[in-house]
Amino acid sequence: MHHVLTDVFKLDSQLVWHTDDMPSNIDAIVLPGGFSYGDRLRAGVIAAHSPIIAQVKKMAEKGMPILGVCNGFQILTESGLLPGALLRNPSLSYMCKWTEIIVKNNKTPFTNKFKLNQRIPIAIANGEGRYYADKDTLRLLQRNNQIVFTYGEDVNGATMKIAGICNKEGNVVGMMPHPERSAEQILNPGNAKPASMIFESLLNTLGVTV
Amino acid sequence: MSLTPQESEYLEKKIGRKPNPLELQIVAAEWSEHCSYKSSKKYLKTLPREGKRVVSGQGYDSGVLDVGDGYVVTVHIESHNHPSAVEPYGGAATGVGGVIRDILSAGTRPIAVLDGLRFGDIEKDTQARWLFKNAVRGIADYGNCLGIPTIGGEVEFDECFANYALVDVASVGFGRRERLIQNRADKGDRVVLIGGSTGRDGIGGSQFASDKLESENRSAVQIPDPFIEKLLIEVILEARNQGCIKAMKDLGGGGLSCAISETSDALSVGIDMDLSAVHKREGDMSPMELMVSESQERMLVITSPEKLETLKSICGKFRVPVSVIGIVTEDKMMHVRSENGMMALLPSNVVANAPLLDRPSVVPKYLATIASVKKPKGGALSKVLLRMLSNPNIASKQWVYTQYDHEVGIRTVVKPGQDAPVLRLDNGKFLSIKIDGNSKHCYLNPRQGVMGCFDEACRNVVCTGATPIGMVDHLQFGNPEDPEIFWTFKESVEGIIEYAKFFEIPCVGGKVSLYNETDKGPIKPTPLIGVLGLIEGKPLVHEAARGKDLLIIVGITKDEMGGSEYYEYIHGIVGGICPSVNLEVSRKNQRAVLEVIGEDLAKSVHDCSKGGLAVTVAEICMLSDVGATIMLEKVPSDKIQNDELMFSETHSRFLLVVDPSKAGRVLSILQSHGVVHANIGKFSGKTIAFRDRIRLIAGVRVDKAQEKWLNSLGSLVSHG
Repeated sequence: MHHVLTDVFKLDSQLVWHTDDMPSNIDAIVLPGGFSYGDRLRAGVIAAHSPIIAQVKKMAEKGMPILGVCNGFQILTESGLLPGALLRNPSLSYMCKWTEIIVKNNKTPFTNKFKLNQRIPIAIANGEGRYYADKDTLRLLQRNNQIVFTYGEDVNGATMKIAGICNKEGNVVGMMPHPERSAEQILNPGNAKPASMIFESLLNTLGVTV
Repeated sequence: MSLTPQESEYLEKKIGRKPNPLELQIVAAEWSEHCSYKSSKKYLKTLPREGKRVVSGQGYDSGVLDVGDGYVVTVHIESHNHPSAVEPYGGAATGVGGVIRDILSAGTRPIAVLDGLRFGDIEKDTQARWLFKNAVRGIADYGNCLGIPTIGGEVEFDECFANYALVDVASVGFGRRERLIQNRADKGDRVVLIGGSTGRDGIGGSQFASDKLESENRSAVQIPDPFIEKLLIEVILEARNQGCIKAMKDLGGGGLSCAISETSDALSVGIDMDLSAVHKREGDMSPMELMVSESQERMLVITSPEKLETLKSICGKFRVPVSVIGIVTEDKMMHVRSENGMMALLPSNVVANAPLLDRPSVVPKYLATIASVKKPKGGALSKVLLRMLSNPNIASKQWVYTQYDHEVGIRTVVKPGQDAPVLRLDNGKFLSIKIDGNSKHCYLNPRQGVMGCFDEACRNVVCTGATPIGMVDHLQFGNPEDPEIFWTFKESVEGIIEYAKFFEIPCVGGKVSLYNETDKGPIKPTPLIGVLGLIEGKPLVHEAARGKDLLIIVGITKDEMGGSEYYEYIHGIVGGICPSVNLEVSRKNQRAVLEVIGEDLAKSVHDCSKGGLAVTVAEICMLSDVGATIMLEKVPSDKIQNDELMFSETHSRFLLVVDPSKAGRVLSILQSHGVVHANIGKFSGKTIAFRDRIRLIAGVRVDKAQEKWLNSLGSLVSHG
């Protein structure tokens, strides 16, 4: 993720240690994927109690664009920044493959360059990636336009094929698929352009031109 | 768990006294076959190790190859067979962990894992299915958690592995050449143990692995903890960046006994260690248990007294346990102390260098009778082709590799399911790596069999546009005390040497695993060859074949059906003549194909091996979702039958998918290299058809083929 932000999209991004203070001069936060605490107990649950998360919450309240990918999404749900939960895949196995997601909300800081219903070829890789929310939550998600991405096909039994959601305000987005694996043509067996628009949307939000 | 009378006598002569019980255990662990290579070392010394890219250092646990621009790749291969046969999940997982620490100990970051798996007949044997399922899960859970992609490998099923498992893991590392660990030590340097605590798991694992698997010995199996391994990787790399590591060794087989004796021997120093300082999982462990425990996720680091505090603070940052267990001395002895005083005092070079053996060898009797078999009748070849595609040895391995995160780290340019995976490197070059083994061929002819594996691994990396730059081997056999088995080992080593010398591919590492026996006897000889290839330009990323694309074959097809999937799986014939490698022809074919790829003239290039021409053509069709018509009469051959043309596993053949507009140029390149080649068919329609002039020999619909090929392995496993 750091490589894609820094080398591909030329953003000034830095890694922040979980016990350090959040740097003061930032415009956006990305919580990348990657088995925090070895996925012990439940994916993301221990990291959700890291000291830095308190500051992420403050930034979220201030409306800062925040993207959580895979384990980052799991941390966002575990920390209460996003509703619902990510459950084990029905196969009970890890699943690493390519699929398509569909843009359902193009008003977020990470999707504003997309057309509604645009399809994105993208990589998925997770063991606990099945999005679940109860009926009341789902109703709220729909009413507030919080469903950001859905899968083109039913890959893991996620409720309403949900692949990514946002908070009510729309500034915090979580998604299971990996845009950082899909945004460079050399790594993408299909077309890398749509996935790269997730980052281009962020640039657009920040008013940066590449 | 002890020494032979001759070894005891040798030891007493060397140290001038009787060893005490702890000393005896330390030496027994280190002199086990697993740690000492006492049967094999004499032969391994003859492998060619020199090459222009080879970086040889003192005591690296992995091979190091220079890939230019100040970067190196490291590679190592290991197996975890005995533990995986008893406890497949933990055995396979800790196999991954161990080989990764070998990469780390050179001072490079592990960037990929490959695994070679072998089990009994999973169609009939539910135990084999259980072993397979759990070994895959063990590898997945460990590698995925570490964030190191498992990018490829191979799976083979054969009755000789019934109630047993071969789990081989290779790993690749990448780093700056100037950051390689120098491996030196000076008097007064501190000896530090970093990582997981030492517990009662894996007690005597190396001796367990150096004997027949007669009784299940679960305490000899190690317990995996991938999270601490991940932290250990980051600690070590940060400590490397801050110059805190003068020398380093992974704790693997033989635990502290092996790490301390080998480090002090390799660095020509002594180590004075105190067992009471070791951080332990349980309080009441005896010195013997501490010295031979093979608890995982531990590294031994030698640091200067000035850097010790920095090293400790790095461990603190990652919350990784660390203990200073000893100090470097000048006397070249290993001193082992505990609360009760000096427990063992041995010269390191004696402990680290077991007396080598000169085992007798004799040609196995079975070879005299197995070469001649009656040719089977061809039968309905459409049906045979479908059965071949659902054969677990041939069926798609997507059930396996979709459980592995094969893309984390975003280097994987060519993903699993193709001939060989390709990784991008930071200097703009690309690395391809493949491991290949074939117990069926090696059983019929160990020398030609292993040369075939070597050739196949080379062909696979060539298919991506890579030039082979180095190899590793993993030699797996039964009990070396049996002269017939030892002969197959010697033949295999000689085959590797012959191929490596001819192609000038240096051997940069390897491992030997002996005593692989089940209650029904020894496994078939199963040497595994891993080949690394470098791509200076761009890799060939497969493009799907489309209607009108042509199929060009390079290489001649021969009547070499012994050990083929066609003979063994379809007809139940174990025997015949297995394919042999013509080195000159193979080199010519590889060079010609590389030139075609270099000029960007092929949409895809495929190695033609397991299952032969028919299976490779079917795979191209299934992955491209298009049919093909192949004219068997055009396939260059020694005038052999149609079933043999379709399923022979003759080496050194390639299949090229070429757009018609580029065919002229491709053919002229092949011509200029003087290689045997022919345009044998084209892609179109929805059927994979093999014709002999106008007669249809076999025809299978693409969708039907896909259904068999893609699903058969997964459904076998999920219904068992």
